[in-house]
Amino acid sequence: MEYEISLLTSMAISVLFALSLNLITGFCGQISLGHAAFLGIGAYLSALLSKAGLPFLATLPLGMLLAGVIGVVVGLASLRVRADFLAITTMGVGFLFVGIVRQQEWLGGELGVSAIPDSGLSKTGFMLLSLGLCLVTAALCIYIRKSWMGRVFNGVAEDEDTMRVLGIDVPRYKLAAFAIGTALAGLAGGLYAQHLKFIGPDSFGFVESVTVLSMVVVGGIGSVVGVAFGAAVLSALPAWFQFIGDYKLLVYGGLLFLMMRFSPGGMASIVTRVVNSRNKAQGDRT
Amino acid sequence: MTMTQQTLLRVAGVTVRFGGLTAIDNVSFDVHPGELLGLIGPNGAGKTTMLRAITGVVRATHGDVTLEGDTLNGLPIHKRIQKGLSLSQQLVKPFREISVLDNVALAAGASRTRSPLKALLHVSQKEEAIIGREMLERVGIAAYADQKPGIQPLGILKRLEMARALALKPKLLLLDEPLAGLNSKEANALASTIADINRQGVTIVLIEHNLGEVMRICQRLVVLDNGRKIASGEPRAVMNDPAVRAAYLGGDTIAEAQQPTLVAAGGKHA
Repeated sequence: MEYEISLLTSMAISVLFALSLNLITGFCGQISLGHAAFLGIGAYLSALLSKAGLPFLATLPLGMLLAGVIGVVVGLASLRVRADFLAITTMGVGFLFVGIVRQQEWLGGELGVSAIPDSGLSKTGFMLLSLGLCLVTAALCIYIRKSWMGRVFNGVAEDEDTMRVLGIDVPRYKLAAFAIGTALAGLAGGLYAQHLKFIGPDSFGFVESVTVLSMVVVGGIGSVVGVAFGAAVLSALPAWFQFIGDYKLLVYGGLLFLMMRFSPGGMASIVTRVVNSRNKAQGDRT
Repeated sequence: MTMTQQTLLRVAGVTVRFGGLTAIDNVSFDVHPGELLGLIGPNGAGKTTMLRAITGVVRATHGDVTLEGDTLNGLPIHKRIQKGLSLSQQLVKPFREISVLDNVALAAGASRTRSPLKALLHVSQKEEAIIGREMLERVGIAAYADQKPGIQPLGILKRLEMARALALKPKLLLLDEPLAGLNSKEANALASTIADINRQGVTIVLIEHNLGEVMRICQRLVVLDNGRKIASGEPRAVMNDPAVRAAYLGGDTIAEAQQPTLVAAGGKHA
């Protein structure tokens, strides 16, 4: 039972993390190859504040705040670049985060932060907290999708120049997507640190960023249910098959490539295609 | 033009340079409330660049663009749109994932989407859908409201583009070659729709190559050639202007047009 609880907890955290990237990349169309940095910001802040004596639950909103603020700063830097250049910029942010953390003694340097104090919750309690926050995030995403903000995000993702002509302040919407998405990543980070009780710079490197991007793409970019499902399955895989843990970049990178090549809409679009093959065939042509 | 008349949009001494190339050279004209103004000229005359300088896609090197006396200089595109401009683009760009109606409703929701926070707190699209349907009826494509734009012919998409621009409730509607790519029957019908919309009180600047339709529906013309304004005024008078004729019939510059003997001499040598 202990094992299942731990697995469910890490699945919930992965889903939350993937949904946070989906908000930026799936909803608003802004690719990010450095999203793990924001998981790291939330994780480090929560871990250090916990060690300083703050109750765990109080560290979560602070982690969200810091990750969100830094997310807006990165977003500001990214406003002038699009598509592939944005991918490279955000990748750079990811490397920058790892590079800085490695060199800082007070952040634990190469050794990371260990012996993170208990949350005070039981294993089951912590699992329920993670699952609950994950569900709230999914509900928030579904709500955003339905709101006017979601309509604008859709438009920005498809054709931001036309959105400008419709009077939309595109930069502000992009920043909003970065703010919400990175804050949620910070929340996932806080849970992550508490769950593993140990974090190091390598937990938030390029491999993690590619892993979470492949979760989003495999699940179905933009689809809340698809991404949640994709993240749940992909995060459980290494637990079921030991070798995947050893070849993470190969497996996730390969999956990312295969999906992009053969089903850019991910599993969500495969399902839609099977369910509604005729209509979908027309939709893909356009 | 008479300076006493009220001005909606004023373009004053606008020059646009791209590196060494002067695309627009010291052009001035006014747009009066309620009129349908044709902005014409041969290919490469600078019409689209002029329009882009008005909407803010390109920045004017010199000169002022003012809307109801407020300067638009330096404002980004979306701010100019929010101030009351609206553009129907030459290359139609519908959002293909959403229905024809939702495309127009998205534009109609401009007050909801002005700030992300406001957009986040509102879900219902009911009012905007009503406005959207109205606009689709206005341009005559209400029957296609629930279909996806991807499968529609160009004639429908041109009208969708216009409905979307109208949904912004603009003070000034800018139409960039709405008739391009349509056959003569479709062009004639759409030109009539444009004239109707103007009669309903929308001020329009129309950029168009189809001179027949321009002559039929526009009340006033501004003619550009090689980035300069070479004529303006009542359509028939403008088209009888030798400089305008020369520009359209292949004279290279205004200078040549003003020296018909030179052109004639060149013709003999050739």
